[in-house]
Amino acid sequence: MDANLARSNQKKIRSRAIEILINVILLAFLAITALSLAFTKDLFASVMLTGIYSLLSAAFFVLMDAVDVAFTEAAVGAGISTILMVTTLTMTGRYENRKLHHPIIALCVVAVTGVMLIIGTMDMPAFGSDVAPAQVHVAPYYIMQSGEDIDIPNIVTSVLASYRGFDTFGEVVVVFTAVVGVLALLEFSRKESDITEKPAPMFQHKILRIVSKILIPPIMLFALYVQFHGEYGPGGGFQAGVIFASAIILYAMLFGVEQTRKAVSMPVVKVFAALGVLIYGSVGIVSMLNGGNYLDYNALFENDITGQHVGIIIIELGVGITVATAMILIFLTFARRIGKSNSNSGTKEGTA
Amino acid sequence: MSELLDGLSWGLLVLGGFICVSGAIGMHRFPDFFSRMHAASVTDTLGGTLILLGLMLQIEGQYLVLVKLVLVLLFILITSPTGSHALAKAALHGGLRPKLGNKQDEQDADVLNNFGRQSSAFESEKDKE
Repeated sequence: MDANLARSNQKKIRSRAIEILINVILLAFLAITALSLAFTKDLFASVMLTGIYSLLSAAFFVLMDAVDVAFTEAAVGAGISTILMVTTLTMTGRYENRKLHHPIIALCVVAVTGVMLIIGTMDMPAFGSDVAPAQVHVAPYYIMQSGEDIDIPNIVTSVLASYRGFDTFGEVVVVFTAVVGVLALLEFSRKESDITEKPAPMFQHKILRIVSKILIPPIMLFALYVQFHGEYGPGGGFQAGVIFASAIILYAMLFGVEQTRKAVSMPVVKVFAALGVLIYGSVGIVSMLNGGNYLDYNALFENDITGQHVGIIIIELGVGITVATAMILIFLTFARRIGKSNSNSGTKEGTA
Repeated sequence: MSELLDGLSWGLLVLGGFICVSGAIGMHRFPDFFSRMHAASVTDTLGGTLILLGLMLQIEGQYLVLVKLVLVLLFILITSPTGSHALAKAALHGGLRPKLGNKQDEQDADVLNNFGRQSSAFESEKDKE
């Protein structure tokens, strides 16, 4: 018995050592990536490095058992924001401008802030400490009560969609506001909208087009799986929306923006971006009409648990719709500007 | 039976790991872009496939995991060669020539390079450089 215990202890220590080793390697990679990001002049390389940075942090989150966060980081940070940055780069040019001044003051500010932040972290509880405010405030309640209150296996979803429904509503509104901002800035000139029909940018890339045609339906299917499986595993509206949007963006990269605009009707997409927020908000209104608080899903149905399940599914759907349409809209409006700014090109971009 | 499966699985995992490491070494040591890319794509396809096959033998009756691993394998087998293909084509299109190889290859590369390049697109490419 004793020997067994000792062996299992030894095994635990060994796996812990391996975990620490992987942590150290990942953090070293993160530091190297951040440093090379700061020093590179090639904007394309720095966009790619940002993507690598996100992917590394996603791996790091997985190690810390935060699979939902890792999923979001991989989908948003490494996926869609890289694509949007590359799209922007095709308009701005690839290399950073030569600096005309010496950024000494900026360096001083950054150094001072950095030192102060490091001093600030001295007061923080140790990594993984069980008396840290994050562990003793509301987290134990969520972990203990989630099964009873909401009864879904993924506690992250129950915190995100039910306990912290207000915060998530705020996030969705922020996404929606971003779309409104982008559209207000870039879509004001309606007269130019009937530019001449160009051939699709990648018309000679037969392999890419065939493979992407094979892949787009499974990507969309996977997005739906992530959307409706969010209560049981990592996932949810944010990730699903981004994945769904990336299928459309893949199509747009290979078959041209105008072609995509034919397949995906822009007015409908705009309406859907608002509709997602509306769905989310109206769940709150319905629960108020039923006599509960705003976004109190218990009031939706007789049975509290059923109310929670239905509420979570509906608001996740709202989140997914808004995020997907927001990403599609932002990409399509950005990508359309490329066609306007250098209307004679259209063969090179998109391979990244 | 289970020892046999375990041994086979470990063999596949170690072999896959070895191929990944050798691909990484190749990526640093090979002379030019195309041979480096070859090393990277070998890491993706062969190394990844071997590791996934090794993991498939470790499922211990959880067939859902097996299905997911098969899907991951399919996805990698489709996307990774396509990605390498797109990368090589983009590099060739951008004017990068393989260092290794004979003149015939270079001529082929030039033919490939001019294929699909529009004369009007030439100026905008100069701008980008």
